[in-house]
Amino acid sequence: MKDFPFLSVLTLLPLVGALVVAFIPRTKAELAKMVALGWSVLVLVLSIFMWVAYNVGGDRFQFRESYTWIPSWGANFTFAADGIALVMLMLIAVLFPVVILASWHDVDQSTRSAPAYFALLLSFEFTMIGVFAAADIFLFYVFFEIMLIPMYFIIGSFGSGQKQYAAVKFFLYSLVGGLFMLASVIGLWVLGGKTFDFTKLAEATASIDQNTARWLFLGFFVAFAIKAPFFPFHTWLPDSGGAAPAGAAALLVGVMDKVGTFGILRYCLSLFPEASRWFAPAAMVLAVIGIIYAALLAVGQNDLKRLVSYTSIAHFGFIGIGIFAFTTQAGTGAVLYMVNHGLATGLLFIVVGMFVARRGSSLVSDFGGAGKLMPVLAGVLFFAGLASLALPGTAPFVSEFLVLIGTFSTNKGYAVVATLGIVLAAAYVLWMIQRTTQGTLNPALTEVPAMSKDITLREKVVVAPLIALLLVLGFYPKPVTDVINPAVQATMQDVGVNDPAPTVEAGGKVGG
Amino acid sequence: MEPLKLPPIDYGALLPMLILFGAACLGVLVEVIVPRRARNAVQLSLALFAVVLSLVAVVMERGTRTITIGGAVAVDGPTLFLQGSILVLGGVSLLLIGERSIERGGVFVSQAAVTVGSQKDAQQASGQPGATEVYPLSVFALGGMLLFVAANDLLTMFVALEVFSLPLYLLCALARRRRLLSQEAALKYFLLGSYASAFFLFGVAFIYGFAGGIQLGVVHEAVANPQRSQVLLYVGLAMVSIGLLFKAALAPFHVWTPDVYQGAPTPVTAFMAACTKVAAFGALLRVLYVAFEGVRWDFQPILGGIAVLTMFIGAILAVTQTDLKRLLAYSSIANAGYLMVGVLALNDEGLSSTMFYLVAYGFSVLAAFAVISLVRDADGEATHLSRWAGVGRKSPLLAGIFTFILLAFAGIPLTSGFTSKFAVFGAAVDGGQTWLVIFGVITSMLLAFPYLRVVVLMWLSEPGETTPAVSIPGFLTSAVLGLGVLVTVALGVAPDALLDLTREASEFVR
Repeated sequence: MKDFPFLSVLTLLPLVGALVVAFIPRTKAELAKMVALGWSVLVLVLSIFMWVAYNVGGDRFQFRESYTWIPSWGANFTFAADGIALVMLMLIAVLFPVVILASWHDVDQSTRSAPAYFALLLSFEFTMIGVFAAADIFLFYVFFEIMLIPMYFIIGSFGSGQKQYAAVKFFLYSLVGGLFMLASVIGLWVLGGKTFDFTKLAEATASIDQNTARWLFLGFFVAFAIKAPFFPFHTWLPDSGGAAPAGAAALLVGVMDKVGTFGILRYCLSLFPEASRWFAPAAMVLAVIGIIYAALLAVGQNDLKRLVSYTSIAHFGFIGIGIFAFTTQAGTGAVLYMVNHGLATGLLFIVVGMFVARRGSSLVSDFGGAGKLMPVLAGVLFFAGLASLALPGTAPFVSEFLVLIGTFSTNKGYAVVATLGIVLAAAYVLWMIQRTTQGTLNPALTEVPAMSKDITLREKVVVAPLIALLLVLGFYPKPVTDVINPAVQATMQDVGVNDPAPTVEAGGKVGG
Repeated sequence: MEPLKLPPIDYGALLPMLILFGAACLGVLVEVIVPRRARNAVQLSLALFAVVLSLVAVVMERGTRTITIGGAVAVDGPTLFLQGSILVLGGVSLLLIGERSIERGGVFVSQAAVTVGSQKDAQQASGQPGATEVYPLSVFALGGMLLFVAANDLLTMFVALEVFSLPLYLLCALARRRRLLSQEAALKYFLLGSYASAFFLFGVAFIYGFAGGIQLGVVHEAVANPQRSQVLLYVGLAMVSIGLLFKAALAPFHVWTPDVYQGAPTPVTAFMAACTKVAAFGALLRVLYVAFEGVRWDFQPILGGIAVLTMFIGAILAVTQTDLKRLLAYSSIANAGYLMVGVLALNDEGLSSTMFYLVAYGFSVLAAFAVISLVRDADGEATHLSRWAGVGRKSPLLAGIFTFILLAFAGIPLTSGFTSKFAVFGAAVDGGQTWLVIFGVITSMLLAFPYLRVVVLMWLSEPGETTPAVSIPGFLTSAVLGLGVLVTVALGVAPDALLDLTREASEFVR
């Protein structure tokens, strides 16, 4: 079981699925959907096996595989997963079947072909798994760039509103970041002795001079900050999230954006510890600005999908301060936040998508009192909203709490300001829910027949696993934190930060 | 009187060129002997046969490292690799040139001297079979290019330059459609090309004055000798460079490129974009690496500035283009800038990565122009960007191929465009030219936009009534498209074989 090549099979499986689905004739849309769903469940099953086979407390990198690729450059197909990558892979495996099922009718009205849409979703899964499973920087870069292509076509061909503008903006922003990273990758490769192996490079970077290392760090950081997105590189996300189909938007913020924070943890921190410490204050400031600024903008949004996108930028601010606080507690919180945010915001996007599909509009002002027509669906939206604002009992609370107390021990000021973000989160979520589902019924809604149809069986199947996971992890996050913790500890050791011991006042008169 | 002693000649090493020149002369005879009906098939077969034979000769000579006929020609690793590349790319271009099924009579005019717009002109436009002189002309050009990359003295290089340039000037003027544009392109190319040749020749004279010889090895030794006149050296080097930079389409000597690319018949444009680039950079590499390596600290910053200028001009002006052929012309200018980054690494890796880039780019650009030759309406090719809206809906396969090629131009991983960019940038960082790489990265970002705009037009715009039909490609064009895509994928996914080959070939004889 342990020797099974989990990561390469897991990576290639969705690609094969995408090819199969792509060759299904467009008249057989139902068949394409079934195959895509079945395939993504297969990926989920395989990743559950991997989760079981993972040795908690074992080596930092497990399931290591390496195959020669371009020997003259020292590039290999090297896969390996630490705890952080493992939980992200699980998140992907869980979200994709859910999103595919949630997108069941998304392309029915479109003139575009349904098999193409589901093939794009599966090829997106391929690039996502690849980017988290890669332990060779060249391979990582390849996945980092090609993941743009399926999402570009999903937004551009199947989106709504200003989809062309959003698709191009999405592509160009990410490509610009990627090219900055390319410059750093080349520099790292030349200075690190012509190898791309993450472990070897991590050893080699110790001898790179400080100034160069800071430049290299910056190239990586800009790429990841755009991807995450951190303020002020965030402007592409509301456009993309607003224009993408709801399911794809859930993947965009639920999974793809995590590549940014994952990259910071894996590549920036471990490869350039000194530079990371040097840049940390700036990164913290950006993260805190992101929390407050995005939350304020979210309050003012009238478009549901854009609103959720802004909330997600605010949440990424929390992840950012968690990473750069340099304590194991905050780091663990940040990684846990990455998982929980994927579940919570994913759920929120999917439910919002259900509302939008019924109403045919994503404007908040087009709703109002919708809960009277669809009490159950409104309830689900309410739950998703509460999870998103990190209500105790839901999973995001645990991670937000960990981030804040972990940050407080080293950076009190940032933690205090960030806490304001929680208040704003309550404002934008609750106000959004109030304006859409509560209050007097908007008479226009009764004229839309779909609006009086409450949650269907398919939709129940879609939201149930996410709600269950959010509740379970809210009360019992231990299985996940056990996996994350050693990996975060190892990363913090790379950075060379020792957790501050609990301090007692000098000459303490505890208990007098 | 001392009897004249002929230098020893290694005919084996010269065989590839001899085959091509012989075949070209034979082609001229075919024009006279073979009846008109059969001429196209005979000429195409003859040209292809010669190219294949010549390629076989190159492969057989792969171990040769020699300087022959009195130091005029050097046959070494880079020579053979570049000759092989020119032959392969040239063979593929010949397929495009030979395509006759898309348009009645082919894309070449039957009689170039007929007055444009006259009744006779209308007649020949409506479907008279095109001129078959294009084949011997192309083969002459290929032969000249082979000599150009092998030339070991500056005069031989000059002769080769003329041998491959003159046929190209003529070929540019032979478009069946938009004949005025085509003739204007040819004239422009000819005039500017002549200036460039004159500069080159003048530079050779200065170098001769400086070194007392024109062989690259002699120049190399003279450069190492500080006693000689530095003025002659630098003026000579500058003028020779201008001639070469013109052919390679580097700024500020690039101005001919968009007009010529647009006006020339598309197969000829493809031929120029793929093969001329290899020849020009091949000669540039040899001159800089073999003769002037000793003054690298002096020319590196200047040529570096030219590379940066080229990348910026290519990238920025590509954004503003509304004609696809012009867009690709500016993109080829920008690519010349990236190639220059590789050249300026001035180490073995620079040499091998530049050669890799040339092959990779050549195949992609051939496929790109093959696609352009297929999207047409009643007036010939529809190259205006607005006409490409919605092509993806009408013919997804062709649009898919073009999208892939454009992504390769944009340098997305798993395409040859990425691997080749990585190779030249890596070499440049290794050679201490990090600043060039930084500008290279910045311009790559700018350059992504025009490519993406075409992709958006093809896939995300609704097809309009004016969206032209896509012609069913004939066998020859399909072969070019298939080869182009295949090589672009192969060099993106598994570049190792070619990387090794370029590495083994990366040593000049002096």
